[in-house]
Amino acid sequence: MTDLFGIPLPALLSQLLLGLVNGSFYAMLSLGLAVIFGLLNIINFAHGALYMMGAFLAWMGLEYLGLNYWVMLLLAPLVVGVLGIFIERLLLQWLYKLDHIYSLLLTFGITLVLEGIFRSFYGSSGQQYAVPDALQGATNLGFMVLPNYRAWVVVASITVCLAVWALIEKTSLGATLRAGTENPKLVQAFGINVPRMITLTYAGGVALAAFAGVLAAPILQVTALMGSNLIIVVFAVVVIGGMGSILGSILTGLGLGVIEGLTKVFYPEASSTVVFVVMAIVLLVRPAGLFGKEK
Amino acid sequence: MESPAIELSDVHAWYGESHILHGISLSVQKGQVLTLLGRNGAGRTTTLRAIMGLTGERRGSIKVHGVETIGMPTHTIAHLGLGYCPEERGIFASLTTEENLRLPPLLSTPRSTPMSEEAIYTMFPNLAERRQSPGTRLSGGEQQMLAVARILRTGADILLLDEISEGLAPVIVQALARMITTLKAQGFTILMVEQNFRFAAPLADYFIVVEHGEVALSFPAVELATKQAELDVLLSV
Ligand SMILES: Nc1ncnc2c1ncn2[C@@H]1O[C@H](COP(=O)(O)OP(=O)(O)OP(=O)(O)O)[C@@H](O)[C@H]1O
Ligand SMILES: [Mg+2]
Repeated sequence: MTDLFGIPLPALLSQLLLGLVNGSFYAMLSLGLAVIFGLLNIINFAHGALYMMGAFLAWMGLEYLGLNYWVMLLLAPLVVGVLGIFIERLLLQWLYKLDHIYSLLLTFGITLVLEGIFRSFYGSSGQQYAVPDALQGATNLGFMVLPNYRAWVVVASITVCLAVWALIEKTSLGATLRAGTENPKLVQAFGINVPRMITLTYAGGVALAAFAGVLAAPILQVTALMGSNLIIVVFAVVVIGGMGSILGSILTGLGLGVIEGLTKVFYPEASSTVVFVVMAIVLLVRPAGLFGKEK
Repeated sequence: MESPAIELSDVHAWYGESHILHGISLSVQKGQVLTLLGRNGAGRTTTLRAIMGLTGERRGSIKVHGVETIGMPTHTIAHLGLGYCPEERGIFASLTTEENLRLPPLLSTPRSTPMSEEAIYTMFPNLAERRQSPGTRLSGGEQQMLAVARILRTGADILLLDEISEGLAPVIVQALARMITTLKAQGFTILMVEQNFRFAAPLADYFIVVEHGEVALSFPAVELATKQAELDVLLSV
């Protein structure tokens, strides 16, 4: 058996892998958005721009400071996390009491500013970032040739997503976070510094976006607009999964990546719209999303 | 003289634009049980929330163990020794019973001996059996036990209890009354809001009736008999 519905198996599997790689990015980004939305009740439109910054920081670290991929995999999320602390403390915290639209506009504005800065310095053509030495090449699995870097992206992001999930669902820190999502005022009345928890949650969420950005740098073009191209699909993923569900956003992200990949094989014309078709269908059947709770 | 556990003078509080408390003054001495009575919407819950810093703007003076709290954020106020049990219990649905119990942290300066988890599970065996089930799967009575139990682990010495007897079966209400008596004997200061006068009457040292966000009547328990007629008028619907 070397083909399925007339498609050669290796081609099918490599599209499947590509779908999983994209799905990994969707999962990491929608996970951060879901955690931020849960506690801060804002839709962080700047998420894509901060993912882009992660990728750019990886490239800049190597270009200007000679810092390799592995160093930047830690350092870029840290830098973006600190930027997140400033964004939350200086800007976002004043908007929680106002309508959603204000934080949406603010984070959209941050996106435009960040993209504008990187575009004015580096133009709109992409920067190349080499795959780190240790992950170059491919492994022949017999039934397909598996590019090592892509395999690493899938494994690393699933590991990180599961770690975040476990942190939130299985630890006492996570219990405090869940309680804060439900009733922040009562949690604060127990003596817990909820404003600080909110700041750190935002920082953690955007650090995750930067981590995804570093992972993406060697396989996608590093450009100022790489976040905007991705974030629209990620918002659709969040809507499909249901706002605020942790496991839901991980599974939906991976699942939609795979669906997109398979659509490329069987009906390429629809591959860029299939996510939105799924979104429309899900919204008709389950308005709160696949994993969301009806309010 | 030692400062009262809680002292409010001329407290005003708002929710957004609505002015709810209009100059409440009261004090609760250490070890005392004070009950806030009043009709629905009188402002009793708001009084407790104002003490915790959970309303909108607050004005006047609210001292906890002699420390002025008007400018403090809620989480700092809590560490002065307060344990808050809100109206409707505030059990978290996304947390298990055990997680609910462990949620409030130990206060930075504990003012009472924190009750151990074992002691709590001995006192409330039902909670021990349901450790791993979501907090909101418990019965109303069990949820109320949990809501009180979790603030006994923190080292708080002042308990703010908002209508803990509401909607519970008589046996549970009796158990709660025994618990309050025990806590009082252990030296806890208790400020409680009650609708159920029969529950509150034998427990309280002091009564305050709130009406339209003001203190309408206040008297010690020994005067209960002489104030009964006045009280009936204030509480009649
Ligand atoms: N979040 C809020 N925003 C605006 N107004 C509020 C809010 N919460 C309470 N109020 C109003 O404040 C007044 C006092 O309410 P409060 O909850 O303190 O009453 P209460 O004495 O506890 O009575 P009960 O618990 O029986 O309703 C009521 O008129 C109520 O409508
Ligand atoms: Mg009330």
